Amino acid sequence: MKAIYLDNNATTRTDPSVVDAMLPFFTEHFGNASSAHSFGAEVGTAVKAARQQLQQLLGATHDHEIIYTSGGTESDNAAILSALEALPDRNEIVTSKVEHPAILSLCEHLEKTGRAKVHFIGVDGSGQLDIEAYRAALSDKVAVVSLMWANNETGTIFPVEGLAELAKEHGALFHTDAVQAVGKTPISLKDSAIDMLSLSGHKLHGPKGIGALYVKKGARFKPLIRGGHQERARRGGTENVPAIIGLGKAAELALQHMAEEQGRVKELRDRLEKAVLQRVPNCIVNGDRHDRLPNTTNIAFEYVESEAILLHLNRGGVAASSGSACTSGSMEPSHVLKAMEIPEAALHGAVRFSFSRDNVSEDVDRVVEALPGIVEKLREMSPFWADAEKKTNDSKPVFA
Amino acid sequence: MWEYSDKVQEHFFNPKNAGVLDGANAVGEVGALSCGDALKLMLHIDPVTEIVLEAKFQTYGCGSSIASSSALTELVIGKTLEQARAVTNRDIADFLGGLPPEKMHCAVMGHEALQAAIANFRGEVWRPEHEEAALVCKCHGVDARAIERAIRDNGLSTVEQVGAFTMAGTGCTTCYEQIEDILLRVATEAAAASAASAAPQVAEIARPETVAAAPAPAPVAPRPGSLNLFSAAVRAASTAPAPAKPIVRPAAESSPLSPASPLPPPSAGMTNLKKIRLIEETIEDLRVYLRKDGGDCELIDVDGSNVLVSLTGACVGCQMASVTVSGIQERLMAKLGVPIRVIPVGRNAH
Repeated sequence: MKAIYLDNNATTRTDPSVVDAMLPFFTEHFGNASSAHSFGAEVGTAVKAARQQLQQLLGATHDHEIIYTSGGTESDNAAILSALEALPDRNEIVTSKVEHPAILSLCEHLEKTGRAKVHFIGVDGSGQLDIEAYRAALSDKVAVVSLMWANNETGTIFPVEGLAELAKEHGALFHTDAVQAVGKTPISLKDSAIDMLSLSGHKLHGPKGIGALYVKKGARFKPLIRGGHQERARRGGTENVPAIIGLGKAAELALQHMAEEQGRVKELRDRLEKAVLQRVPNCIVNGDRHDRLPNTTNIAFEYVESEAILLHLNRGGVAASSGSACTSGSMEPSHVLKAMEIPEAALHGAVRFSFSRDNVSEDVDRVVEALPGIVEKLREMSPFWADAEKKTNDSKPVFA
Repeated sequence: MWEYSDKVQEHFFNPKNAGVLDGANAVGEVGALSCGDALKLMLHIDPVTEIVLEAKFQTYGCGSSIASSSALTELVIGKTLEQARAVTNRDIADFLGGLPPEKMHCAVMGHEALQAAIANFRGEVWRPEHEEAALVCKCHGVDARAIERAIRDNGLSTVEQVGAFTMAGTGCTTCYEQIEDILLRVATEAAAASAASAAPQVAEIARPETVAAAPAPAPVAPRPGSLNLFSAAVRAASTAPAPAKPIVRPAAESSPLSPASPLPPPSAGMTNLKKIRLIEETIEDLRVYLRKDGGDCELIDVDGSNVLVSLTGACVGCQMASVTVSGIQERLMAKLGVPIRVIPVGRNAH
């Protein structure tokens, strides 16, 4: 039985053509991009070409606005710490309660160590930002605003372009963690007020251990990692050339597949969502019905615990997730769903299915076939189910 | 992601005794929807013989909590109430071939439901014993209060010492920073307290032999990384008549903040007998903590700087065994002031 992978927000399969593009840079083209001789020159050219591929995907004005990093987490850390250093007369950060731990734990640490005052803005039941609270938090004391483009757990998309303009009014730098958005939703940074954007290679069928930070030309930037003059002295350390080439190729492919992501992949997601809601009573979809990533659905099953569902699914050859892989293993319910104030009965029962262009129609059939029985079995075992109010779902997604 | 044993998987995928037990005369309910897990244990107990005739459960929770519930019912059926009462969370975990450290609380929930059901049968009201303090070390289930208490009671000043006393932070080590924060907080509080009142406070809480060994001048609050807390104990052991209590509150004199006193290397000149006695006492002390986790440790032999120990009970086959060994080694080195190598051996090695 073929294993079905529906956890593409955790990581994606590296595209075989990405691997093909990378391999020569381990062997025949092993040079150091900074070297003056011909070994270095050919590599330098390839690294620049990859940068241009990424520039295309982001719709950036210049290729040199892209700094290669080790991944999304480094990009996020570099952006926030740079802003605090670059604007020393400002010591406040505005972010949201639903950010990835790469932002949240850094901000909590900065606050705890007295290096910054942090405003954690809440969200509504659909995961959308509380705009009034956001406006109220902005002031000329804010060094940087960091708000994610799309949420990794629910897929909810923040209106980052508009949020960036509000930040600009107060002279704050605007950063967005777009790790989940890049490659899944069209992005054009050319005319936006976004100063910095984080992305990660392995979320878009590229290799792990590579990412990038976009820094708009003219935006103040202080490097996190100092060393050689690589990346125009904005990120020291010899370039991870094979991974950079892979990221470039992945960006090129993502641009080619963008229509498919918005079309075929979205249809798979929608079909799964609809069928599950039809067949399983008492479940809700978490996220914003209007602004959501095309590949993600987060379905919460009342009166069952998600790990139990995932174990059964895994035995049936289906890989899904209960939230972000970075927080699983902890006993706490998802901070995203907690911030959304999802009803208690459903809070611990959320399962995230995240698709990619690698998925096919049969994958949906398998899940739809397996899931109702699993949930029913677990509910029969639950001490709360017998007394629960039974709710049939509409065929349309019921959003929290 | 999941490190469940085959037995856990078996009891999760095909749980025994799941469902409602009609005619149950002992019901224990623990947990809640908001906690993410809950267990309702239903027993049918023979009122005359007090033998558990039937047991069923309903559980809301993760894989290991369902498996733990199933294991619990299998463990208690056929036992008398007194025998059942003795079933511990460790028994449940053992029955399942072990649980991942961060899932031990599932077995604890099973144990608590059992206590609640027995109390219900007796017409009593059961209250959980565990304290509602934030869990710091998820691997060993050590909460903030237990860590604080160990720091205060033993004058600990480093994360390593906290690990040696409580096991906290010796597993995945991700709680390292949290332990540092607690150390700092306790030290700050102690500094504030000692600034507020004067010397008698320290003398009061210090153990007599410490005071005898080190007639303390001004009190100095323990500060992370600034105290060699064990030197006073070593001196106590080598100067005061044995048996000296091995865990000693650091006396002010041992602080590097006070004028340094010219001391010989602690164990230099220590007789073999004294050395062995000190090792014995140190290990005896640590056993309390090991036993709490169902493990144990026995001193087998001392051969020069090699200390041969035998880990028994839950320590056998535990993923954390090597951490435990290095914890024991660290404590011994701190106590004796000389390099020590702790070597785990089988019980019958000698």
